[in-house]
Amino acid sequence: MISITDKPIDSTAVLASVSDPDCGANVLFVGTTRRMTGQRETTRLEYECYEAMAVSKMESLVALAHEQWPIAKVSIVHRVGVVEIETASIAVAVSSPHRSASFEAASWLLERLKQEVPVWKREIWADGQEEWVHPETGGLPELPERDPSEASP
Amino acid sequence: MIKRVLLFASAKETLGQDSVDLELAADATVADLRKQLVNDYPVLNDLVARSHIAVDQQFALDDMSLTDAREVALIPPVSGG
Repeated sequence: MISITDKPIDSTAVLASVSDPDCGANVLFVGTTRRMTGQRETTRLEYECYEAMAVSKMESLVALAHEQWPIAKVSIVHRVGVVEIETASIAVAVSSPHRSASFEAASWLLERLKQEVPVWKREIWADGQEEWVHPETGGLPELPERDPSEASP
Repeated sequence: MIKRVLLFASAKETLGQDSVDLELAADATVADLRKQLVNDYPVLNDLVARSHIAVDQQFALDDMSLTDAREVALIPPVSGG
């Protein structure tokens, strides 16, 4: 299951979606809106995405994860619109026969997603300021690798 | 040729619209589109320099031709998750 939704994320359903009789490991990551960043307080986040490309990039990342780890099923759900404090903006679930593969794949998927899937958040601070978050670190994000269908083994 | 560029996040907010139409030469590349975008909308100068261009939902290199491009988008540094 790969999807973008403007509804609350049902993380239990995301976890259940990767269940597999041949897997003994089911990893679920849920990213939620954090209240404090250092001394600064967030009121809420608002997300938007370029949906067609976001879904296609997530599908490419899942295909790359399958090439790197012996994993069975992957689900990624990203929310858009207003996401209040303590509320989920993303859920990633991975299943595998043994735990190390699903732990590593889930972590890798999150890192790559944060670098190259076209989703943006707008931070609404408690002090009244509002801003789109376009990270400066490293300047341009790295140009991602080619699609797995084009890549050499 | 006219190419429509989809805008997101702060680019969309800054211009108050979700796309812009650019007049480009028939053999224009991604680099030409960047130049035209900044020329027509100087307020986007800094952001365009930090952004990728996506062509048909794939990140595109600057030397790529836009002649057959169906959908072009400005992709500012992303912040999902």
